[in-house]
Amino acid sequence: MNEPREERTTPAVRPYVITRGRAGSSRDELPWETLVMASGSAPPPDLQPEYRRIVDFCQGLLSVAEVAAHLGQPPAVVQVLLADLIDWGHIVARPPVRAAKRADRDLLRKVLDGLESKL
Amino acid sequence: MGLRASSEISDGAGGAHGSGAAHGSGAAHGAEGADDRDGVHDVDGGVDGGVDDEDDEGDGDKMADMNDADDSAAADDADDLVGTPVMYVQSSVSGAAKILVVGPMGVGKTTLIGTVSEIKPLSTEATMTQAGARLDTAVRPSKITTTVALDFGRITLGGELVLYLFGTPGQQRFLPAWKDLARGALGALALVDTRDLEASFDAIGHLEDLDVPFSVAVNAFPDSVLHSEDDLRSALDLLPHTPLVICDAREHKSSVQALISLVSHLIETITEAS
Repeated sequence: MNEPREERTTPAVRPYVITRGRAGSSRDELPWETLVMASGSAPPPDLQPEYRRIVDFCQGLLSVAEVAAHLGQPPAVVQVLLADLIDWGHIVARPPVRAAKRADRDLLRKVLDGLESKL
Repeated sequence: MGLRASSEISDGAGGAHGSGAAHGSGAAHGAEGADDRDGVHDVDGGVDGGVDDEDDEGDGDKMADMNDADDSAAADDADDLVGTPVMYVQSSVSGAAKILVVGPMGVGKTTLIGTVSEIKPLSTEATMTQAGARLDTAVRPSKITTTVALDFGRITLGGELVLYLFGTPGQQRFLPAWKDLARGALGALALVDTRDLEASFDAIGHLEDLDVPFSVAVNAFPDSVLHSEDDLRSALDLLPHTPLVICDAREHKSSVQALISLVSHLIETITEAS
């Protein structure tokens, strides 16, 4: 990580500006593994580019973490933008397995069977 | 925002990233030589993780792609999309779960994730609480920011579930990054290098503090000292029911088996509780 690279990767707009300072706010954040996808509803033409980029990118199912990594944005920012897009109906989420379901034996069994089939 | 500018890397020996690149493009990942092996593990944050027995060329590509991922923050849409091809999750998938892979720098987290992941491991930042400070290149990033690069991978299980594996560095200062990630995690696989057991104490302590169920996998290095299981358990202060397995993070079967030991343990734990 030399200096030129650091400089080159400086975003044109600081992420907090994009989200109007809301990253890490009290809003319930989407867990990183939440699967999201464009809903198919046409976004309005005046949608901010940062939002449009996400909608354009989410033509198939991807996790919040993958969207963030591919778009080069911190997950804390992408979480906020995605939450807005979900509120506006442009993105749909398939909820991840919540903490409350951690002790779900059927789920763990599915994971175990799936892993065993990879051997 | 240099995606790969992880504290994990910058915290280690200088130029760790560079040596990762050298391994990615040069040394064959399939080689079993101890030197190469060490290289892989010295650069935990690197992308050598994708040890791929059958396809050395693929590893080269992976390296190139990951380098592109470095640049993806350069606010250039075309580069982003071209750099790391997107592989969408199958539309039949209805839910996601996650497992953390935790341990100190250099223990082989990225290697293990790359070995089992169906996508080339991606990297992203856990926090950006000091986003502005990151731009001050006069000071090493690890000294001034709490950002940390997390590598992660994905496995589709049975066509209806995807499992995400998040590599989480163990050091105390990364704890804030854990809380977000640990929420909803099924459990964690704690990787241990027997050559430096103490380096794993923080990670295991965090798991206990956050009440994340875990199992321990010793990543066997060629020059690892052989300890008895009892000695290891005692040194790591493990509870009797916590599984302890030996694995080779470079090998697919071995890495999957380590994950299986964890999930089996999770199932046993709830079965006992109910």
